[in-house]
Amino acid sequence: MTETLLKIEHLVKKFDDNLILDDINLEVKKGEVIVVIGPSGCGKSTLLRCINALEPIQGGTISLDGEPIDDKSRSLSVLREKIGMVFQSYELFPHLSVLNNVMLAPLKVQKRKKEEVKEEALTLLERVGLKEKAGSFPRQLSGGQKQRVAIVRALCMHPELLLFDEVTAALDPEMVREVLDVILKLAAQGRTMIIVTHEMQFAQAVADRILFLDGGSIIESAPPEEFFEHPKTDRAKQFLNTFTFEAVKTPHKTIKEEED
Amino acid sequence: MPDLGLEVLLKGQNMVRLLEGLWIALRISLTAVVISIPAGILLGAMMTRKNRVVRAVLRLYLEIIRIMPQMVLLFIVFFGTTRAFGWDLSGETASILVFSLWGTAEMSDLVRGALISIPVHQYESGEALGLRRVQVYRYIIIPQTFRRLVPLSINLITRMIKTTSLILMIGVVEVLKVAQQIIEANRMASPNAAFGVYLAVFLLYFIACWPISMFAKYLEKRWR
Ligand SMILES: Nc1ncnc2c1ncn2[C@@H]1O[C@H](COP(=O)(O)OP(=O)(O)OP(=O)(O)O)[C@@H](O)[C@H]1O
Ligand SMILES: [Mg+2]
Repeated sequence: MTETLLKIEHLVKKFDDNLILDDINLEVKKGEVIVVIGPSGCGKSTLLRCINALEPIQGGTISLDGEPIDDKSRSLSVLREKIGMVFQSYELFPHLSVLNNVMLAPLKVQKRKKEEVKEEALTLLERVGLKEKAGSFPRQLSGGQKQRVAIVRALCMHPELLLFDEVTAALDPEMVREVLDVILKLAAQGRTMIIVTHEMQFAQAVADRILFLDGGSIIESAPPEEFFEHPKTDRAKQFLNTFTFEAVKTPHKTIKEEED
Repeated sequence: MPDLGLEVLLKGQNMVRLLEGLWIALRISLTAVVISIPAGILLGAMMTRKNRVVRAVLRLYLEIIRIMPQMVLLFIVFFGTTRAFGWDLSGETASILVFSLWGTAEMSDLVRGALISIPVHQYESGEALGLRRVQVYRYIIIPQTFRRLVPLSINLITRMIKTTSLILMIGVVEVLKVAQQIIEANRMASPNAAFGVYLAVFLLYFIACWPISMFAKYLEKRWR
C-alpha cells in the first residue's frame, strides 16, 4: 500500500466574501500524478497556492506527510522546502545567473555545501539541455528555457511534491513541447506532482488521475481514460467540448469539390 | 583673438579661491547626500507599508518639499528660524538642512518607486522556495531594488550638487559667489573677466558632476 503524501480535508478558501474553494477533499499518494483541469477562474491556481500556503485558508486542513500546513506555522519554511512550485509566468530572479537562481535556495535555506549544490545544479541543467546556459541571465533565455530553469530550480531542493501551474500557458506553441517533455520525464521517475494545465493531450498522457474543478468544487475525479472517454457530468462534457472543433466546411462546399 | 578674460584666473590666488568655493559646494551637497540616502531609504520603505496615516504624512511631506522652490526653503530655514525660534544658523548649516530635507524627500520617492516596481511574483517565488521573509528581502528584493535605485540616486546627487548654486543667496561663499567676487574685484583691470571666470565655473561643475553621471550610465548598462 503506497502512503499518502498530501491530504486535504474540507478546504475552504474565500477572498473577502467570495467563496473560491468550497469543501475540497483530496488525497495524493506518493508517486501519483494529478492533473487539475477546469474552466478559467474555477480556482485551480488558488488550490495550488493554498497547498504551499501562499494563500491563507479559511477552513479545513492541508497536511503533508501528516504535518499540517498553515501560513502561520513556524515550520512553514521547512514545509515549503518539500513542495516545489513553478508558476505560469517566468519567475526567475532577474539579477542572478541561471546557476545562481538554481543554487540560491539550496544554499540559503538548506545550508548545503556549495560544491555539492553546484554539481547537482549542473547535472540537472544538463538533463533539461541547458548546461551551457548556466552562466546566462534570465533575460538572455527564451520563455521555454526559462520555464525549464524554473523547474530545475524547484528540483534542486529535492521536493517531495511538485506543483505546476499552467507552466506552458505563456509560451509560444513551439516551446510548449520542450517544457512538457521535461515534466513527462519527471512523471516517469515517479515524482509526485499536481499539475494544472490546459493541454488536454498532455494531461491524458501524464496523469494518473484527473480532477475536474468547477465552481470551487471537485466535480469529477477519475483516471484519464475514464474521464476523457466517459465524463460523468454534463459540466465536464461541456468543458471538454470546448477543446474540440466541429468541422465548419461541409463537403460540397470545399474548394476541391467546386473545382471538380 | 577676442579678450576672453582668462588671464584673471591666473592672477594671485583666484584659481585656488574658486576651487575652495567648489569644495564648499561639494561639502554641503555631499553631506546632505550622506544624510538623505539612509533617511530616504527608511521613509521610502515606510511609504510602501499599509498604514494609511504614515503614508499620508509622508506623502504630504514629499509634496510640500516638491512644490516649494528650493530658494524659498532656504529663506525660510535661514531667515525664518532666526526670527521665529531665535536660532542662529550659519548659512552652511541652513543649506545642509534644506538640502537634506529635499534630498530625503526625493530619495524616499525613488525608493518607493523602485520597491513597488518589483513584481509580487518575485516575493512569492522566493517564499515558495522556502526562503524566509528576511531572506527574500536580502537575496531577492533588495539587490533588485538597489540596481534600479543606483542610477536614479546618482542623478539626484548631481542635481543636488548643481542646486548649491542657490546658496549664495543666503550668504554662503561657494564657487559661484567666489566667481562674482573675482569679477567684481577685477572690473577695472579686466572688464571681460566675466566670460573667463564663468567658463571656469562651468568647467568646475562639469568636472564634479560628469564622472558621477558617467558612473551611473556605466552601472545602468551593466545591470540593464
Ligand atoms: N488575490 C485575489 N483577490 C481576490 N480574488 C481573487 C484573487 N485571486 C484570485 N481571485 C479569484 O478567485 C477565483 C479563482 O482564481 P484562480 O486564479 O484560482 O482561477 P484559475 O482556475 O487558476 O483560473 P485560470 O485558468 O484563468 O488561471 C477567480 O474568480 C479570481 O477572480
Ligand atoms: Mg490559474
